[in-house]
Amino acid sequence: MGKILVVTSGKGGVGKTTTSAAIGTGLAQRGHRTVLVDFDVGLRNLDLIMGCERRVVYDFINVIHGEATLNQALIKDKRLENLYVLAASQTRDKDALTQEGVERVINELREQFDYVVCDSPAGIEKGAHLAMYFADEAIVVTNPEVSSVRDSDRMLGLLASKSRRAEENGEPIREHLLLTRYHPERVIKGEMLSVGDVEEILSIKLLGVIPESQAVLKASNLGVPVILDSESDAGQAYGDAVERLLGGEVPHRFLEVQKKGFLNRLFGAKA
Amino acid sequence: MSILDFFRSRRQDTSTASMAKERLQIIVAHERSHRGQPDYLPQLHKELLAVIRKYVAIDDKQVQVALENQGTCSILELNIVLPER
Repeated sequence: MGKILVVTSGKGGVGKTTTSAAIGTGLAQRGHRTVLVDFDVGLRNLDLIMGCERRVVYDFINVIHGEATLNQALIKDKRLENLYVLAASQTRDKDALTQEGVERVINELREQFDYVVCDSPAGIEKGAHLAMYFADEAIVVTNPEVSSVRDSDRMLGLLASKSRRAEENGEPIREHLLLTRYHPERVIKGEMLSVGDVEEILSIKLLGVIPESQAVLKASNLGVPVILDSESDAGQAYGDAVERLLGGEVPHRFLEVQKKGFLNRLFGAKA
Repeated sequence: MSILDFFRSRRQDTSTASMAKERLQIIVAHERSHRGQPDYLPQLHKELLAVIRKYVAIDDKQVQVALENQGTCSILELNIVLPER
C-alpha cells in the first residue's frame, strides 16, 4: 500500500507545484514508484512544470467520470522510470471532483505506487479539501512572510480536523514544514522571518528550507523539475528534503549567507 | 552587506521581521482558540448580545462565549460583564 502525500499551503504562489514536482521526482530518483496528481482542476500547471503538457490526453476528471481508464490517463515521465503524472482537467465545472470519485482513483493509485503525491490548489475550497482528505502525510509549503504563515496555520487546523484520519479518529496526518523562497541575507538584516521564527509559530517538524533561487524559474521555463538541476542550491535543498522525508538525518543547508571576504563586506559588493 | 547594514542589524528588536513575528503570534493564537468550535457560535454570540442589549447597554467585549470540550460533554461558558451603575 502506497503512501498518500499532500503538498498544501492555503496561500497561492508559495511553491506548491514546484515542490510537488521536485519531491515526487526526488522520490522516483531514489527508486520509489511515484505518481504526481494535480488537484488544481480548472488551472492545471503541474504538467507544465513537469514538461509533459503536450502529452496530456486524458485527465483526472476523465478517470473519475469513467471516460478513460487510469492507465490511459497516467503520463509516464521521459526521464525517470518510476515516475508518472496524472494531470488535472481544464474544466470550469467546480463540482467535477467528487469525494467518491477521488477516493476510488486514490485507492487504485495506492495499489500501484509507493507514493501518491497530491498537488493541492490554493485556498480551502473543494479541490484543496479533497487533495488533503485522504493524506497520510502533508508537506505544508510556507514562505517566510505573514500571510503565508497565517494561512499555513489555518491549513494545519484543517488537516487536524477535516481529513479522513481526523474524522475517523485515526492516527493524525504527519505534518512537515517546508520553508521556501528563503533569503538568509534579509533574515540577517531583520527584514524577513527566520526559520526559527516560523518553526516557533507553526510548531511542526521542519522538512527543509529552500533558498530563493534563480534555478527555480529556469527549471520551470524548461519544464524540468528543479531537483534535477543538482548543481543548483534549490535542487540540492530539495534533495535533502526528500532524504529527510524518507527518514534520513541530513543537516540543514543554505540557512546562512554565503561567506564573503572582509573587503567585500566593508564595501558592500554585490554577490 | 555594507558596514552600515552591519550596525543596523544589531537593532533586532525594532526590525520588521520581529514585528511580523509578534503580530503572527498574536493572530495565530487568537485563531487557534476559535478552532474546532461549532459554526453557530458567532451567530449565538451576536444574538445573545442583542438580547442583553434590550435591557442593558453593553459593548461587544463585555460578552464572552466559549465552548469547552471535556471528554463526553461540552460546556458552554457565558461571561457577561454588566456595567457599573
